[in-house]
Amino acid sequence: MSQTSEVTKPAGTTGFGGLQARSGAALNTVVRVAIRNLDFFYGDNRALKAINLDLPDRQVTGMIGPSGCGKSTLLRVLNRMYSLYPGQRAEGEVMMDGRNVIAPDMDLNELRAKVGMVFQKPTPFPMTIRENIAFGVRLHERLPKNRMDERIEWALTRAAIWGEVKDRLDTSAMGLSGGQQQRLCIARTIAVRPEVILFDEPTSALDPISTLKIEELIDELKRDFTIAIVTHNMQQAARCADQVAFFYLGELVEVAPAAQLFTAPREKRTQEYITGRFG
Amino acid sequence: MPEHTVRSYEEDLRRLRDMIVRMGGLAERQVAEANESLIERDSDLATEVVQRDAAIDALEREIESFVIRLLALRQPVGADLRLIVAALKISHDLERIGDYARNAAKRAIVLAQQPVLGSMNGFTRMAALVQANLKGAIDALVHEDAEKADEIWASDEPIDEIYNGIFREMLTFMMEDPRNITAATHLLFIAKNLERIGDHATNIAETVHFAVRGDTLDEERPKSDSSAFAVVRPPSA
Repeated sequence: MSQTSEVTKPAGTTGFGGLQARSGAALNTVVRVAIRNLDFFYGDNRALKAINLDLPDRQVTGMIGPSGCGKSTLLRVLNRMYSLYPGQRAEGEVMMDGRNVIAPDMDLNELRAKVGMVFQKPTPFPMTIRENIAFGVRLHERLPKNRMDERIEWALTRAAIWGEVKDRLDTSAMGLSGGQQQRLCIARTIAVRPEVILFDEPTSALDPISTLKIEELIDELKRDFTIAIVTHNMQQAARCADQVAFFYLGELVEVAPAAQLFTAPREKRTQEYITGRFG
Repeated sequence: MPEHTVRSYEEDLRRLRDMIVRMGGLAERQVAEANESLIERDSDLATEVVQRDAAIDALEREIESFVIRLLALRQPVGADLRLIVAALKISHDLERIGDYARNAAKRAIVLAQQPVLGSMNGFTRMAALVQANLKGAIDALVHEDAEKADEIWASDEPIDEIYNGIFREMLTFMMEDPRNITAATHLLFIAKNLERIGDHATNIAETVHFAVRGDTLDEERPKSDSSAFAVVRPPSA
């Protein structure tokens, strides 16, 4: 041991090398969705306050924060879901492919083909597995039967459920387990070949193994799609996301690479929230 | 920082901090008494120091298993994660410090049988500086005081300088009279042990900085241990 050696060596470096750096790939610099000075109102209630956030192309952006912080509202803005409700309005810019998504002249059908959404509870339609996929595709495209079959197989394969359903495509989707239903909904979303997929608490109704399958799937899907995921499960954000945004009371408090946000967040409020010391 | 929402988690973190403080205190005492046994030529005290090292080793194992438990059960993040990882690293540094103190005490037993060789002032000063740094580093952790940690991190140089002085002095004693070689060699190793303890104290300070601030000290630490290049010529040359 060194105590019997005369050679002076440093007593071991204590550097925590790489803890702050993003593990894995560096963050992509191509921005798929650029949110600028976004405000959102439910009537008079300002639910989002001057949000500025980039969704990097083919990366996963996790959104965390306590209930009512605005994270789900932001998802609803990204695909204009709020337009269904009178009295709700957004101001600012959400730029995607050179266009402002929240401008009044935006074609909502076109937008929703580009921006898909997967909800908290699996929402299969009460029809066959095949029809669940074909239904969404038909809203946007007219495909001959063989192309439609190809599309269905492609989507189910990409959603990691093809092997489990290929022999029962014409049975009801309602017979699938919760985890399978959620993967079917993901297949239905990607079947229209969107650019962006929004996940709103996609695993909160699922058991741990089904949850991990969805997380694995998200990891797989980010090769082709830009992903935003809202989750109450911080470990899930830590596992899935490349960058994580922390929202509080309608403000974006901090956005940082996941490894940094969960080891050394810059903001005190982030620190207190992620360590469970909130208020 | 406000208290954790889960009280038992807060309690766990407090317990971890207490364990480090206890281990730090024990390591400090080992360094102090190893030096005292050397100066006072007290073999009984030295024997106690040697035996007490087992308690430090036991604490290291206790901290290690507690840290693993916290990582598995609490899935810590942010400052909690940094504290827990820091505790693990610091416990290893303290364990090494304990080993160096034990080794110094063993040599003190031999030295008590040897003729006195020169002044022991250098050893006393070195031991005092090393203990102060050790205590300061642990205090900095408890008080989440990054500035204090940085101060300690940068204050190892006087220790190195005393070590350089002892190194030259001992070489000179050996050249003067080969009968000094046994005592001088043991003293040399004790000085080296103290110098290494000082390095581990700066490691702890560096870890504390990370635990408190979340970033690392990138610059090179100021050092002045030049003994690796020292040449002492015999008086007749």
